[in-house]
Amino acid sequence: MTISSDLDRRFRDAASALGLVDVGFDVVDSPVGELFVAVSDRGLAEISYDTRVEEQLELLARFAGPRVLRSPRAVDDARRELDEYFAGKRRAFDLSLDLRALPPFTVSVLQELARVPYGRTTTYGELAARVGRPRAARAVGTVMNRNRIPIVLPCHRVVGSTGNLVGYAGGLDRKVALLELEGAR
Amino acid sequence: MQGVAIPPFELFYEEHRADVLRLLRRTLGGERADDAFQETFLRALQAYRRLEHGEQLRAWVLTIARNVAIDALRRAKPEGELVDVAATDDDDRPAYEELASLTDGLPPKERAAVVLRYGYDLSYEQIASALGSSEDAARQATSTGVRRIRRRVSP
Repeated sequence: MTISSDLDRRFRDAASALGLVDVGFDVVDSPVGELFVAVSDRGLAEISYDTRVEEQLELLARFAGPRVLRSPRAVDDARRELDEYFAGKRRAFDLSLDLRALPPFTVSVLQELARVPYGRTTTYGELAARVGRPRAARAVGTVMNRNRIPIVLPCHRVVGSTGNLVGYAGGLDRKVALLELEGAR
Repeated sequence: MQGVAIPPFELFYEEHRADVLRLLRRTLGGERADDAFQETFLRALQAYRRLEHGEQLRAWVLTIARNVAIDALRRAKPEGELVDVAATDDDDRPAYEELASLTDGLPPKERAAVVLRYGYDLSYEQIASALGSSEDAARQATSTGVRRIRRRVSP
Protein backbone atom coordinates (compact mmCIF):
# COMPACT_ATOMS: atom_id res chain seq x y z
CA MET A 1 0.00 0.00 0.00
CA THR A 2 1.51 3.31 -1.03
CA ILE A 3 1.25 6.34 1.18
CA SER A 4 0.13 9.48 -0.65
CA SER A 5 2.71 12.23 -0.53
CA ASP A 6 0.08 14.49 1.03
CA LEU A 7 -0.55 12.10 3.91
CA ASP A 8 3.17 11.58 4.37
CA ARG A 9 3.86 15.30 4.39
CA ARG A 10 1.04 15.95 6.86
CA PHE A 11 2.53 13.53 9.37
CA ARG A 12 6.02 14.93 8.98
CA ASP A 13 4.82 18.52 9.41
CA ALA A 14 2.73 17.62 12.46
CA ALA A 15 5.60 15.74 14.09
CA SER A 16 7.88 18.71 13.67
CA ALA A 17 5.27 21.29 14.75
CA LEU A 18 4.52 19.29 17.91
CA GLY A 19 8.20 19.14 18.82
CA LEU A 20 8.25 15.33 18.80
CA VAL A 21 11.38 15.06 16.70
CA ASP A 22 14.95 14.94 18.03
CA VAL A 23 16.38 15.77 14.62
CA GLY A 24 14.58 16.84 11.44
CA PHE A 25 16.45 16.57 8.16
CA ASP A 26 16.03 17.12 4.44
CA VAL A 27 18.13 17.24 1.31
CA VAL A 28 18.47 20.79 0.02
CA ASP A 29 19.54 21.97 -3.45
CA SER A 30 22.47 24.35 -3.75
CA PRO A 31 24.89 25.59 -6.42
CA VAL A 32 27.59 23.35 -4.90
CA GLY A 33 25.38 20.26 -5.12
CA GLU A 34 22.74 18.68 -2.90
CA LEU A 35 23.22 19.17 0.82
CA PHE A 36 22.01 16.91 3.61
CA VAL A 37 20.80 19.35 6.30
CA ALA A 38 19.80 18.31 9.83
CA VAL A 39 18.35 20.46 12.61
CA SER A 40 17.90 19.35 16.22
CA ASP A 41 15.94 20.99 19.02
CA ARG A 42 19.17 22.86 19.83
CA GLY A 43 19.91 24.12 16.36
CA LEU A 44 21.63 23.27 13.12
CA ALA A 45 23.34 19.92 13.74
CA GLU A 46 24.73 18.92 10.37
CA ILE A 47 25.33 19.96 6.79
CA SER A 48 26.83 17.27 4.62
CA TYR A 49 27.82 16.98 0.98
CA ASP A 50 27.25 13.26 1.46
CA THR A 51 23.53 12.77 0.83
CA ARG A 52 23.43 9.01 1.43
CA VAL A 53 20.73 9.38 4.02
CA GLU A 54 20.86 6.08 5.92
CA GLU A 55 24.43 6.52 7.11
CA GLN A 56 23.78 10.07 8.25
CA LEU A 57 20.74 8.96 10.24
CA GLU A 58 22.59 6.43 12.38
CA LEU A 59 25.18 9.07 13.20
CA LEU A 60 22.60 11.68 14.17
CA ALA A 61 20.57 9.21 16.23
CA ARG A 62 23.66 8.38 18.24
CA PHE A 63 24.26 11.91 19.48
CA ALA A 64 20.86 13.58 19.34
CA GLY A 65 18.34 10.77 19.98
CA PRO A 66 16.54 8.15 17.88
CA ARG A 67 13.65 10.30 16.69
CA VAL A 68 15.31 11.33 13.45
CA LEU A 69 12.73 12.16 10.78
CA ARG A 70 12.82 13.71 7.33
CA SER A 71 10.98 16.97 7.74
CA PRO A 72 11.17 19.78 5.18
CA ARG A 73 9.55 22.08 7.70
CA ALA A 74 12.23 21.47 10.34
CA VAL A 75 14.95 22.75 8.05
CA ASP A 76 12.98 25.73 6.67
CA ASP A 77 15.09 28.38 8.42
CA ALA A 78 18.37 26.75 7.47
CA ARG A 79 17.23 26.29 3.87
CA ARG A 80 16.21 29.94 3.62
CA GLU A 81 19.49 31.24 5.02
CA LEU A 82 21.51 28.95 2.76
CA ASP A 83 19.50 30.11 -0.26
CA GLU A 84 20.18 33.72 0.66
CA TYR A 85 23.87 32.98 1.16
CA PHE A 86 24.20 31.30 -2.23
CA ALA A 87 22.27 34.15 -3.84
CA GLY A 88 24.89 36.54 -2.46
CA LYS A 89 22.32 38.23 -0.20
CA ARG A 90 23.60 36.95 3.13
CA ARG A 91 27.07 37.33 4.60
CA ALA A 92 26.47 35.87 8.08
CA PHE A 93 24.16 33.15 9.40
CA ASP A 94 21.73 33.71 12.27
CA LEU A 95 21.15 30.01 12.96
CA SER A 96 21.85 28.54 16.38
CA LEU A 97 24.20 25.58 16.21
CA ASP A 98 24.11 22.22 17.96
CA LEU A 99 27.72 21.54 18.94
CA ARG A 100 26.97 19.02 21.67
CA ALA A 101 29.18 15.99 22.18
CA LEU A 102 32.23 17.71 20.71
CA PRO A 103 35.49 17.94 22.71
CA PRO A 104 36.27 21.37 24.23
CA PHE A 105 39.24 21.99 21.90
CA THR A 106 37.04 21.37 18.86
CA VAL A 107 34.36 23.70 20.18
CA SER A 108 36.84 26.52 20.83
CA VAL A 109 38.36 26.13 17.36
CA LEU A 110 34.90 26.17 15.76
CA GLN A 111 33.95 29.26 17.75
CA GLU A 112 37.05 31.05 16.47
CA LEU A 113 36.32 29.79 12.97
CA ALA A 114 32.84 31.33 13.15
CA ARG A 115 34.50 34.76 13.60
CA VAL A 116 36.41 34.61 10.30
CA PRO A 117 34.55 37.18 8.20
CA TYR A 118 32.80 36.61 4.89
CA GLY A 119 35.09 36.98 1.91
CA ARG A 120 38.30 36.69 3.98
CA THR A 121 40.64 33.79 4.56
CA THR A 122 42.78 32.76 7.48
CA THR A 123 45.37 30.01 7.97
CA TYR A 124 45.38 26.86 10.10
CA GLY A 125 48.26 28.33 12.10
CA GLU A 126 46.50 31.63 12.77
CA LEU A 127 43.42 29.84 13.97
CA ALA A 128 45.56 27.67 16.24
CA ALA A 129 47.20 30.79 17.68
CA ARG A 130 43.83 32.40 18.33
CA VAL A 131 42.70 29.49 20.52
CA GLY A 132 45.98 29.73 22.42
CA ARG A 133 47.60 26.65 20.85
CA PRO A 134 50.00 28.16 18.29
CA ARG A 135 51.68 24.82 17.56
CA ALA A 136 48.40 22.98 16.94
CA ALA A 137 47.92 23.89 13.26
CA ARG A 138 47.66 20.21 12.34
CA ALA A 139 45.03 19.56 15.01
CA VAL A 140 43.10 22.55 13.70
CA GLY A 141 43.27 20.95 10.26
CA THR A 142 41.69 17.81 11.67
CA VAL A 143 38.90 19.85 13.25
CA MET A 144 38.25 21.52 9.88
CA ASN A 145 38.21 18.16 8.15
CA ARG A 146 35.59 16.82 10.59
CA ASN A 147 33.52 20.00 10.70
CA ARG A 148 29.91 18.79 10.91
CA ILE A 149 28.48 22.12 9.76
CA PRO A 150 30.49 23.31 6.76
CA ILE A 151 29.47 26.51 4.91
CA VAL A 152 27.82 27.93 8.05
CA LEU A 153 30.98 27.22 10.05
CA PRO A 154 33.21 28.48 7.24
CA CYS A 155 36.10 26.02 7.11
CA HIS A 156 36.37 26.88 3.40
CA ARG A 157 37.94 30.18 4.57
CA VAL A 158 40.91 28.40 6.12
CA VAL A 159 43.92 27.92 3.83
CA GLY A 160 47.60 27.00 4.10
CA SER A 161 50.26 29.47 5.22
CA THR A 162 51.42 30.04 1.63
CA GLY A 163 47.89 30.65 0.43
CA ASN A 164 47.47 27.17 -1.06
CA LEU A 165 44.01 25.71 -0.53
CA VAL A 166 45.27 22.51 1.16
CA GLY A 167 42.05 20.51 1.34
CA TYR A 168 38.31 20.41 1.89
CA ALA A 169 36.12 17.54 3.09
CA GLY A 170 33.64 18.35 0.31
CA GLY A 171 36.36 18.46 -2.35
CA LEU A 172 38.57 21.36 -3.44
CA ASP A 173 36.16 22.34 -6.25
CA ARG A 174 33.58 23.26 -3.67
CA LYS A 175 36.11 25.18 -1.58
CA VAL A 176 37.02 27.22 -4.66
CA ALA A 177 33.35 27.77 -5.54
CA LEU A 178 32.54 29.06 -2.04
CA LEU A 179 35.56 31.39 -1.96
CA GLU A 180 34.67 32.72 -5.41
CA LEU A 181 31.09 33.27 -4.35
CA GLU A 182 32.38 35.37 -1.47
CA GLY A 183 34.78 37.24 -3.72
CA ALA A 184 37.79 35.94 -1.81
CA ARG A 185 39.48 34.65 -4.95
CA MET B 1 21.25 -8.97 27.66
CA GLN B 2 21.87 -6.60 24.78
CA GLY B 3 18.67 -5.93 22.80
CA VAL B 4 18.38 -5.07 19.12
CA ALA B 5 19.36 -1.43 18.57
CA ILE B 6 16.54 1.05 18.07
CA PRO B 7 16.67 2.27 14.47
CA PRO B 8 16.41 5.97 13.62
CA PHE B 9 12.67 6.75 13.46
CA GLU B 10 12.80 7.53 9.74
CA LEU B 11 13.82 3.94 8.94
CA PHE B 12 11.20 2.51 11.30
CA TYR B 13 8.53 4.72 9.71
CA GLU B 14 9.50 3.82 6.15
CA GLU B 15 9.47 0.13 6.98
CA HIS B 16 6.08 -0.05 8.67
CA ARG B 17 3.94 2.79 7.31
CA ALA B 18 2.39 0.69 4.53
CA ASP B 19 1.30 -2.05 6.97
CA VAL B 20 -0.13 0.50 9.37
CA LEU B 21 -2.11 2.24 6.64
CA ARG B 22 -3.40 -1.09 5.33
CA LEU B 23 -4.64 -2.08 8.77
CA LEU B 24 -6.32 1.30 9.31
CA ARG B 25 -7.93 1.36 5.84
CA ARG B 26 -9.48 -2.06 6.45
CA THR B 27 -10.70 -1.11 9.88
CA LEU B 28 -11.85 2.46 9.34
CA GLY B 29 -12.06 3.17 5.61
CA GLY B 30 -10.48 6.01 3.64
CA GLU B 31 -10.54 9.40 5.29
CA ARG B 32 -10.69 8.29 8.90
CA ALA B 33 -7.78 5.96 8.17
CA ASP B 34 -5.67 8.93 7.10
CA ASP B 35 -6.31 10.74 10.37
CA ALA B 36 -5.65 7.56 12.33
CA PHE B 37 -2.41 7.03 10.38
CA GLN B 38 -1.09 10.38 11.52
CA GLU B 39 -2.26 9.77 15.08
CA THR B 40 -0.60 6.33 15.16
CA PHE B 41 2.83 7.59 14.16
CA LEU B 42 2.59 10.64 16.41
CA ARG B 43 1.87 8.31 19.33
CA ALA B 44 4.76 6.11 18.24
CA LEU B 45 7.06 9.15 18.14
CA GLN B 46 5.95 10.11 21.63
CA ALA B 47 6.79 6.67 22.98
CA TYR B 48 9.88 6.05 20.84
CA ARG B 49 12.32 7.64 23.25
CA ARG B 50 11.25 5.32 26.03
CA LEU B 51 11.76 2.13 24.01
CA GLU B 52 14.44 -0.04 25.50
CA HIS B 53 15.22 -2.13 22.43
CA GLY B 54 14.30 -2.41 18.77
CA GLU B 55 12.64 -5.83 18.88
CA GLN B 56 9.14 -6.54 17.60
CA LEU B 57 8.64 -2.99 16.39
CA ARG B 58 6.09 -4.17 13.84
CA ALA B 59 3.90 -5.75 16.52
CA TRP B 60 4.40 -2.67 18.65
CA VAL B 61 3.27 -0.15 16.03
CA LEU B 62 0.35 -2.34 14.92
CA THR B 63 -0.83 -2.40 18.54
CA ILE B 64 -0.75 1.38 18.60
CA ALA B 65 -2.62 1.53 15.28
CA ARG B 66 -5.25 -0.82 16.59
CA ASN B 67 -5.76 1.23 19.72
CA VAL B 68 -6.10 4.38 17.63
CA ALA B 69 -8.67 2.59 15.44
CA ILE B 70 -10.61 1.43 18.49
CA ASP B 71 -10.70 4.97 19.82
CA ALA B 72 -11.96 6.22 16.46
CA LEU B 73 -14.66 3.54 16.26
CA ARG B 74 -15.74 4.25 19.81
CA ARG B 75 -16.07 7.94 19.11
CA ALA B 76 -18.21 7.19 16.06
CA LYS B 77 -20.50 4.69 17.77
CA PRO B 78 -23.45 5.65 20.02
CA GLU B 79 -23.12 4.34 23.56
CA GLY B 80 -24.81 1.10 24.49
CA GLU B 81 -24.59 -0.40 21.04
CA LEU B 82 -21.46 -2.33 21.74
CA VAL B 83 -22.93 -5.58 23.01
CA ASP B 84 -25.33 -5.74 20.05
CA VAL B 85 -22.50 -5.27 17.65
CA ALA B 86 -20.57 -7.97 19.39
CA ALA B 87 -23.50 -10.36 19.13
CA THR B 88 -24.15 -9.90 15.42
CA ASP B 89 -22.52 -12.42 13.17
CA ASP B 90 -21.05 -10.43 10.33
CA ASP B 91 -18.87 -12.84 8.40
CA ASP B 92 -17.49 -10.25 6.02
CA ARG B 93 -15.53 -8.46 8.63
CA PRO B 94 -11.89 -9.38 9.10
CA ALA B 95 -11.04 -10.98 12.43
CA TYR B 96 -9.39 -7.94 13.93
CA GLU B 97 -12.28 -5.68 12.97
CA GLU B 98 -14.74 -7.98 14.66
CA LEU B 99 -12.46 -8.11 17.66
CA ALA B 100 -12.36 -4.33 17.77
CA SER B 101 -15.97 -4.24 18.92
CA LEU B 102 -15.86 -7.47 20.90
CA THR B 103 -12.92 -6.31 22.96
CA ASP B 104 -14.23 -2.82 23.56
CA GLY B 105 -14.34 -2.11 27.26
CA LEU B 106 -11.71 -4.66 28.25
CA PRO B 107 -8.79 -3.32 30.29
CA PRO B 108 -6.22 -2.02 27.77
CA LYS B 109 -3.65 -4.74 28.30
CA GLU B 110 -6.18 -7.56 27.92
CA ARG B 111 -7.71 -5.88 24.90
CA ALA B 112 -4.35 -5.56 23.17
CA ALA B 113 -3.38 -9.12 24.07
CA VAL B 114 -6.63 -10.64 22.73
CA VAL B 115 -6.48 -8.68 19.50
CA LEU B 116 -2.83 -9.42 18.84
CA ARG B 117 -3.40 -13.10 19.55
CA TYR B 118 -6.63 -13.72 17.64
CA GLY B 119 -6.74 -10.77 15.24
CA TYR B 120 -3.12 -10.78 14.13
CA ASP B 121 -2.15 -14.29 15.07
CA LEU B 122 0.96 -13.21 16.94
CA SER B 123 2.72 -15.62 19.27
CA TYR B 124 2.70 -15.03 23.03
CA GLU B 125 6.35 -14.19 22.77
CA GLN B 126 5.62 -11.44 20.25
CA ILE B 127 2.70 -10.18 22.32
CA ALA B 128 4.86 -10.08 25.43
CA SER B 129 7.38 -8.00 23.54
CA ALA B 130 4.73 -5.64 22.19
CA LEU B 131 3.25 -5.13 25.65
CA GLY B 132 6.56 -4.98 27.44
CA SER B 133 5.64 -7.90 29.72
CA SER B 134 6.60 -11.53 30.19
CA GLU B 135 5.28 -14.34 28.03
CA ASP B 136 3.32 -15.73 31.00
CA ALA B 137 1.74 -12.36 31.62
CA ALA B 138 0.76 -12.10 27.94
CA ARG B 139 -0.84 -15.56 28.07
CA GLN B 140 -2.62 -14.64 31.28
CA ALA B 141 -3.91 -11.32 29.89
CA THR B 142 -5.20 -13.07 26.76
CA SER B 143 -7.11 -15.78 28.62
CA THR B 144 -8.54 -13.36 31.19
CA GLY B 145 -9.67 -11.13 28.31
CA VAL B 146 -11.32 -14.03 26.51
CA ARG B 147 -13.14 -15.14 29.68
CA ARG B 148 -14.40 -11.62 30.20
CA ILE B 149 -15.76 -11.45 26.62
CA ARG B 150 -17.46 -14.85 27.03
CA ARG B 151 -19.22 -13.72 30.20
CA ARG B 152 -20.40 -10.58 28.45
CA VAL B 153 -21.58 -12.16 25.20
CA SER B 154 -23.43 -15.10 26.81
CA PRO B 155 -24.30 -14.05 30.33
